[in-house]
Amino acid sequence: MATQTHTRADDQGPAGTAAPLSGAARARIAQASLRQDRWWVAPAITVAVLTGFVVYGTWAAFRNANYYADPYLSPFYSPCLTDSCPSDTLGSGLFGDIPWISPAILILVFPLGFRLTCYYYRKAYYRSFWWAPPACAVPDARRKYSGETRLPLILQNVHRYFLYFGVLFIGLLTYEAVGAFIFDGRFGIGVGTGMLVANVVLLGLYTFSCHSFRHLCGGGLRTLSAHPVRRRLWQGVSALNRRHMVWAWVSLLWIMAADFYIWLVAAGHLHDYHWVA
Amino acid sequence: MTGYDLSLRVWRGDSGGGDLHDYTVGVEEGMVVLDALHRLQQTQAPDLAVRWNCKAGKCGSCSAEVNGRPRLTCMTRLNLFAPTDTVTVTPLRTFPVIRDLVTDVSYNYEKAAQVPAFAPGTPAGDDGHHRMKQADVDRVQEFRKCIECFLCQTVCHVIRDHEENKPVFAGPRLMIRYAELEMHPLDTHDRRALLRGQAGIGYCNITKCCTEVCPEHIAITDNAIIPLRERVVDASYDPITRLGNRILRRRR
Repeated sequence: MATQTHTRADDQGPAGTAAPLSGAARARIAQASLRQDRWWVAPAITVAVLTGFVVYGTWAAFRNANYYADPYLSPFYSPCLTDSCPSDTLGSGLFGDIPWISPAILILVFPLGFRLTCYYYRKAYYRSFWWAPPACAVPDARRKYSGETRLPLILQNVHRYFLYFGVLFIGLLTYEAVGAFIFDGRFGIGVGTGMLVANVVLLGLYTFSCHSFRHLCGGGLRTLSAHPVRRRLWQGVSALNRRHMVWAWVSLLWIMAADFYIWLVAAGHLHDYHWVA
Repeated sequence: MTGYDLSLRVWRGDSGGGDLHDYTVGVEEGMVVLDALHRLQQTQAPDLAVRWNCKAGKCGSCSAEVNGRPRLTCMTRLNLFAPTDTVTVTPLRTFPVIRDLVTDVSYNYEKAAQVPAFAPGTPAGDDGHHRMKQADVDRVQEFRKCIECFLCQTVCHVIRDHEENKPVFAGPRLMIRYAELEMHPLDTHDRRALLRGQAGIGYCNITKCCTEVCPEHIAITDNAIIPLRERVVDASYDPITRLGNRILRRRR
């Protein structure tokens, strides 16, 4: 078999590359879309849920109160880094006394950036908010389109950096979830414990099913067989990745539920049922 | 066997213009849209242009848009629709029309000609043969299922709604061709700069319509486009990875 090795010089492609493309006319079909199904349902649900999350998240991040019901710390406020945070939470007081800002705002950029640049959420909001396109074979709402080739959308390529912080946050949330088993120095389990443990598990499934994580584990390799550990890891992440959308939604809804529960308990609207050894 | 009269609406015309024409065609249980088109051709419209070949969903010839959705007409059963529904068949919108339901799909072949061919290195074994392990070709084999029906190309809004992007974007079908080569254990060529430049992978905004319409159920976005995007990030947008590769003198 004849062999050849290409070099960087070939990167412009063979045969001069810029072959003229066909210039004949497309079929002139009067209707912009002939879809008869309810294609607008999925984007409408996405808009409703994401808008709901933004409204709730804004309230949760700015309320700067009732985010701790001993031993539960709201995931919106984890890690809690100012002097106003409960002293037994991880990183409390690290940023000193800044009472004018909610501790949730200080850390918001990391989970927000992770979700905003997520390959799944991009599909969700490009379809439902940008209408580029709103559904398959339904016209793009924009006259000009450059995708993610220019600023600001070219910044979507930083997703893996947000992933690194996402993994760090899983560690921090795990620490707080373990802390939710300790009631005044004694082991116990409460409804809030379950909420926070489930929150870490769901966020973990979302984080570790990330497309960038899949690439870093082994997807970027040409010969997977030469790296058996990374290959096994890649296979595991690939299996999780098939349900990345599910984990994205469930973890989003659960973080709201966990915060809301802790707010209810902290504000005295609800009693936390728990068992202590 | 039960039959009924199907209301069939077909776009008839050429690059100079055309219109939707209404027909009533007698059909039977078990028929597909392509059967109805053939019945129409046999009984009422002998000059209807329709491209087809295998009638088994493997040749990729009979692609068209049925009720606005890109589909293989030979794999679209009429029982997807109620007998009272009107079934509308139009040519692929993204490509120039030749006549009726037949389009000129040259764009795809022109883009395919721009992909640098498979470039194996020197065989590792003394016998001069190339060898590779199944574990290394598992993921590539998914891409070999492509039948080149070009449904993914016609549904992709990057070129469907923006004709001006055709020179700068290769489209999902070619992305799986690039992925097939980039992930091939014996290939030696680095196509990442080409992907970012000539193939225009940055134009894809991951809205996954290509995956939705693929009749071979290839996970085009998750298994080809996103992994390629991550490789392009390695090469162009991730300073830490680039620095690490330089320090460790890692080669792909």
